[in-house]
Amino acid sequence: MTVDSIHENPSEQVDSLLADTAFLEDVRRQMIKFATLQLGDSNQAEDAVQEALIGALKNAASFGGRAALKTWIFAILKNKIADVLRLKQRVVNASSLLREEDEDGDLSALFDRKGYWQPDERPVAWGNPEASLRETHFWRVFETCLEGLPPKQARVFMMREFIELNANEICESMGLTTSNLHVLLHRSRLRLRECIENKWYLEGEQNAELS
Amino acid sequence: MLNCHEATRLMSEAQERDLLLGERMSLGFHVFMCKGCNNFKKQMGTLRSMTSEFARGENKPVENSVVTKFTTGKRHDAE
Repeated sequence: MTVDSIHENPSEQVDSLLADTAFLEDVRRQMIKFATLQLGDSNQAEDAVQEALIGALKNAASFGGRAALKTWIFAILKNKIADVLRLKQRVVNASSLLREEDEDGDLSALFDRKGYWQPDERPVAWGNPEASLRETHFWRVFETCLEGLPPKQARVFMMREFIELNANEICESMGLTTSNLHVLLHRSRLRLRECIENKWYLEGEQNAELS
Repeated sequence: MLNCHEATRLMSEAQERDLLLGERMSLGFHVFMCKGCNNFKKQMGTLRSMTSEFARGENKPVENSVVTKFTTGKRHDAE
């Protein structure tokens, strides 16, 4: 990593930030997670993250703390991903888009023919969501559910909820209409909600004690 | 009257845009009557806060996941 430019800067805060390998590893892990979901390709994700980290750390001196640095790193990564996606979109063929639509087949199983919940699919009350967030095992479940989303749904969901882009920004960078976006987000939320309920709230929070 | 599928669509869209008065009223009525959709409504907010917490990385590091598999190969040891 290019640390030379940073050593010239007298800020001790930045030195301690960059010496905090646990923090950097955390950020890196999240970036990989994020980029892999966005790009659907771990090698491309590695490359994008590497480039974003190098770019961000060159200017790390101007950041006062972890939060600011992290936001900055993700902003750079977001742009890298957008570049890769733009290139990719040119080679995406119609058949792979159709296949993604097909992946939604099982969502119709949630509702009956009149559009009401199937009795065993009806959302149940979630015990204590705040407590779940403190459980390591919960995050493993959450991550598995995210990874289980079809690629396009995962991408728009992460853009919306993970990096908190607004609807217009997502439509622009993905070439979607507003109603396309609403459909994709609706499906991703239905699916993610169902997965978390089945794998966490119904299988029993006692799983958490195992971890 | 809305069915559950339409109601969940509106509850999802409400995360991106303000619903119209008519939409809010028919959704409000449906959610009042329907326990499943009532739960769904609360969970939309929960899902959002879960994901933002996930993004902030306040969750503990996850071992043995697909994601760590990708990173371990290239991880540098700084100690």
